[in-house]
Amino acid sequence: MAGVGSACLTIGLFTALYAVGASLYGARGGGRRWVDSGRRAVYCLAALCVGAFAILESAFLRSDFSYALVAEGSSTTTPTFYKVTAVWATQDGSLLLWVTLLALFSGAVLFLTRRSLRDLAPYAAAVLGTVAAFFLLLVVVWENPFSTLAVAPQEGAGLNPLLRHPAMMIHPPMLYTGYVGFSIPFAFAIGALVTRRTGADWIRATRRFALVAWTFLGTGILLGALWSYSELGWGGYWAWDPVENASLMPWLVGTAFLHSIMVQEKRGMLKVWNVSLICATFVLALLGTFLVRSGILDSIHAFGASTIGVQFLIFIGAVIALSAGLVISRLGDLRSKARLESLLSREAFFLLNNLVLVALALVILWGTFFPLISEAITGTEQTVGPPWFNRLVTPLAIVLVLLAGIGPVLAWRRVTVAALRRVLLVPLALTAMVLVALLALSDATKNVASLVMFCFVAFVLAVVAQEFWRGAGARRSMTGEAWPRALARLTARNRRRYGGYLAHVGIAVLFGAVAASSAFLEQRDVRLSPGQSVSVGGYDIDYVRATADLGGDRGGTGAPIAFGAVMRVTHGDETFTLRPSRNYYSTADPSRGAISRFFEGEATSEVDVRWGLRRDFWLAVRPDLVSLEKPIARADREFADSPGDVQAVVINTITELYRQEPPPAAFRVIVSPLVAWIWIGGAIVLLGALVAAWPSPEARLRRVRSLYKARLGRELTRA
Amino acid sequence: MDPSRKRRLRLVVALGIAVLLASALVYTSFSASSEAAKPSEIEEGRSYKLTGKVVADSVARDGDELRFRVRDRDGTQSVPVTYAGVVPDPFREGREVILAGTLQRGTFVAERDSLVTKCPSKFTKEPENS
Repeated sequence: MAGVGSACLTIGLFTALYAVGASLYGARGGGRRWVDSGRRAVYCLAALCVGAFAILESAFLRSDFSYALVAEGSSTTTPTFYKVTAVWATQDGSLLLWVTLLALFSGAVLFLTRRSLRDLAPYAAAVLGTVAAFFLLLVVVWENPFSTLAVAPQEGAGLNPLLRHPAMMIHPPMLYTGYVGFSIPFAFAIGALVTRRTGADWIRATRRFALVAWTFLGTGILLGALWSYSELGWGGYWAWDPVENASLMPWLVGTAFLHSIMVQEKRGMLKVWNVSLICATFVLALLGTFLVRSGILDSIHAFGASTIGVQFLIFIGAVIALSAGLVISRLGDLRSKARLESLLSREAFFLLNNLVLVALALVILWGTFFPLISEAITGTEQTVGPPWFNRLVTPLAIVLVLLAGIGPVLAWRRVTVAALRRVLLVPLALTAMVLVALLALSDATKNVASLVMFCFVAFVLAVVAQEFWRGAGARRSMTGEAWPRALARLTARNRRRYGGYLAHVGIAVLFGAVAASSAFLEQRDVRLSPGQSVSVGGYDIDYVRATADLGGDRGGTGAPIAFGAVMRVTHGDETFTLRPSRNYYSTADPSRGAISRFFEGEATSEVDVRWGLRRDFWLAVRPDLVSLEKPIARADREFADSPGDVQAVVINTITELYRQEPPPAAFRVIVSPLVAWIWIGGAIVLLGALVAAWPSPEARLRRVRSLYKARLGRELTRA
Repeated sequence: MDPSRKRRLRLVVALGIAVLLASALVYTSFSASSEAAKPSEIEEGRSYKLTGKVVADSVARDGDELRFRVRDRDGTQSVPVTYAGVVPDPFREGREVILAGTLQRGTFVAERDSLVTKCPSKFTKEPENS
């Protein structure tokens, strides 16, 4: 089957190249049939990629260790869920997933535009085909996921224990869908530039793809943060690691793009800006894919030794050069139809929001690549840490939230001061009340930046609530509907607008939660023996007893041994029990003894969190196995050649030893306020994006009518 | 003021602000950064981001403190390190680590919680943060 998979990819490569050739030839005078043929080649490519992916997936499910990839990344003891997802935990497998998603997206967009955008679509197909061909080339020549081993090992190495977390396994496909999704508007932008059809048609055709890509990318980033918070034993959700930054940059620029295309649709302005933004987004998405694989930056995140860094750099360079050249050569066609009339207008604030978002992305880009930049300038490699990022990003984020509140209430073209007063009066009054309440009732003054952030969040919520209130009120007075129905109908009729408002609410909530949880976090690292207790942030924590678990596998991650603790926590009159633990995986390292092998493999924290809307109580344990070293060493000598069941008894005895006489263990306790609202805010954004992206019946009706009209027109001219 | 002059003025103001912000970016990054160095390169009293590999059989725990030696990625020169704080899950002898701290009397004293561990290349995908 590996041969079939390989063949799928090779044929896929040629299919992609054919799609490029046929589309270009068709568009350059070869005729409609070539264009159709090129498009069908893309469908074919999608089928081939899905086929190859399915073959690889089934090899993982069958634990067929004759595949090098399966032997590396899976094992018979890996739980089924993680077998499925182990495919994209490897370099080769994740590239295959990338190109499969790209082919599916390309097929979908070309199918949807098969009857419209006739000039543009062939060029878009050619661009998409080129990108697919590049990735297939990587997969076929350098990183073939179907390479086989001459002798299949009995057992595979297993999936990296740290990746055995549900969020971690959905996170990569989400990110990839985001990255890949942005290639669709990019391809159509290139098509628009080539054909000089620089109106808003390409935007209308791909707007929804951009929105879907943005949503997936954002969800992927948040899932990564959630994984970091609840799986890695350090308790944070963001560390400004190069690879985290790499996923955030295209998201920020993509956010700017989603806003500024509205200005082009409504006012015919910002054309150069829009094509530049989408090119930048795509390049940053490629950069994100590349950074994880190159090892050029010191990230703890990167894939192992890589062979495809240079190819990626060449491709990214080519994309930048070609798109920049194309934009410059089309400057004349990209001239705006209208001018900015007033700085107090929606388009001016969109522009401002764009500048802030791009500035954010530039700051992060600079910080991420600072080791390379500083080495080029001064000769020594220097790095900037999280404090630097926080210092620069915080003010920009605050301005961004403020703009998210003002933007929606401004009218296009220009706003009068009187109108502004009318829409801002209530929100500003509410914000002032929140400020007074915060000053009087909380210790928010400790941190000015977060105090400002809370006020602006309140402002955004008030503005959006007022918008919903007024819209629904207007509907009610016209139709006499009840409030809930009026709200629902209002949203359903103006999905982009009210979906966007919801997204603003979600982002504001998310930013507020980030501010609260980073400024008011209480954290302590302590060593405790059973019976001892400690107090952190008003919580009294008792170490009740140690636990040792053999084969229990509470987390479903396939770990054979877990040591942990039972902790009783008291907060006011609330008492609860947490059971943090640490999983120990066995290693196949032959230099280790037969028994110590079971204790000296990877170990991962199984954090226990008491989730709450007001605050999270987060607890991790790191047991000290020093007292077990001697018994383990003795067992290594005495039971090295014993049968498996005897060794199992020995291991059981050793783990019991830990339970009965536990040495002091290290604990990390974090009391983090409002952190749950990060995930809730994210969910609200997701909801808003879904509302905005969902096709509305009116739009469908319009499309049907226009098709009907076109047909009628054709028949009339023929008659 | 006629519109074209006004536009030019606006452009100059915008560019001025952009240049100002960019220089702030450059300035803060150079002043806030710390130098990345290998064990063979560090000097007494200065602060660094130390990168290297944990020397085999050098890890010892002393109460809350972790003591080990870090050597050049491709060399043998090493430096003793003391560290307190959370130890990332993948931390092992022989693995690549990054630590922030200063060299004091021949010992690299690392900042609390600054230890970052890279995974071995046998795992293809590696975790962030830790």
